[in-house]
Amino acid sequence: MSTNLRLFRFASPAAFYPLAGRLVPWFAAVAAILAAIALYLGMLRAPTDATQGDAYRIIFIHVPAAWMSMMLYVVMAFWAAIGWAFNARLGSIVARAIAPTGAMFTFLALWTGALWGKPTWGAWWVWDARLTSELILLFLYAGYIALVSAIDDTRRADRAGALLAIVGSVNVPIIYFSVIWWNTLHQGASVSVTAAPKMASVMLLAMLLMTLAFWAYAFAVIFVRTRAIALERDNHAAWAADAVARAPMRQGASS
Amino acid sequence: MNWNSAADFFAMGGYGTYVWGSYAVALACMAVEPILVVRRHQRARRELQGASR
Repeated sequence: MSTNLRLFRFASPAAFYPLAGRLVPWFAAVAAILAAIALYLGMLRAPTDATQGDAYRIIFIHVPAAWMSMMLYVVMAFWAAIGWAFNARLGSIVARAIAPTGAMFTFLALWTGALWGKPTWGAWWVWDARLTSELILLFLYAGYIALVSAIDDTRRADRAGALLAIVGSVNVPIIYFSVIWWNTLHQGASVSVTAAPKMASVMLLAMLLMTLAFWAYAFAVIFVRTRAIALERDNHAAWAADAVARAPMRQGASS
Repeated sequence: MNWNSAADFFAMGGYGTYVWGSYAVALACMAVEPILVVRRHQRARRELQGASR
């Protein structure tokens, strides 16, 4: 009983607001440090690729960004569903806070993919399964953002957005398996759970560290946005006025 | 270390435009987004402070 209470304590925006505030600087610091190490390994230590030359170095942001774009979509759909099913307001707030960051990573995956495709395939863009399904992911994020901001009734908007997010999540496995299911120009997975990675270990390490850096970045940015949305929504609630009065700008020192 | 000089590093074996074009846009996005969310948070705080007075 008491563990239950403790577990769900942070499900209320009032409790989550100061917690997120305390965590943000740590996530930001971890993101900066890991990104610096990943860049050092990827740009300075990793050898030139035998077939792709130095163009392959785009991989250190392309693959982490693409992974983030898919993972964040799943996380967004999950919290949107929680917010809908259990009428948990924080779930819906977090889902909304994730969408712009997910869209940003999707854009980055497409952008870096175009800049990688040109020198290696000779084309900025091809309508192959991997690229097209990733573009659809960008439209899903954009559609979610447009839908929730178009409906005035906040909780109704949350529910409509949750439906879109849940239905759209069918696209994520399609992106992931597209290089297996169809003949695509895009190369297959460089890293998988079942096989040894098809790349030098220093390259793999740089890519994984960059992925962790992107995760930490995403947590920091999403938590700040969650706090902002929580205040915007509860701007007549006593906790919001208290939270702002207690911590003058910057941090959230309190209990 | 596989670069002989700074010029060598920036040339990226002839792929400089593509590699740096990717990294520059990624850096720009990940610099602008935090600024935007912090501003949004500060705006929400200011509005609350204004309302409570």
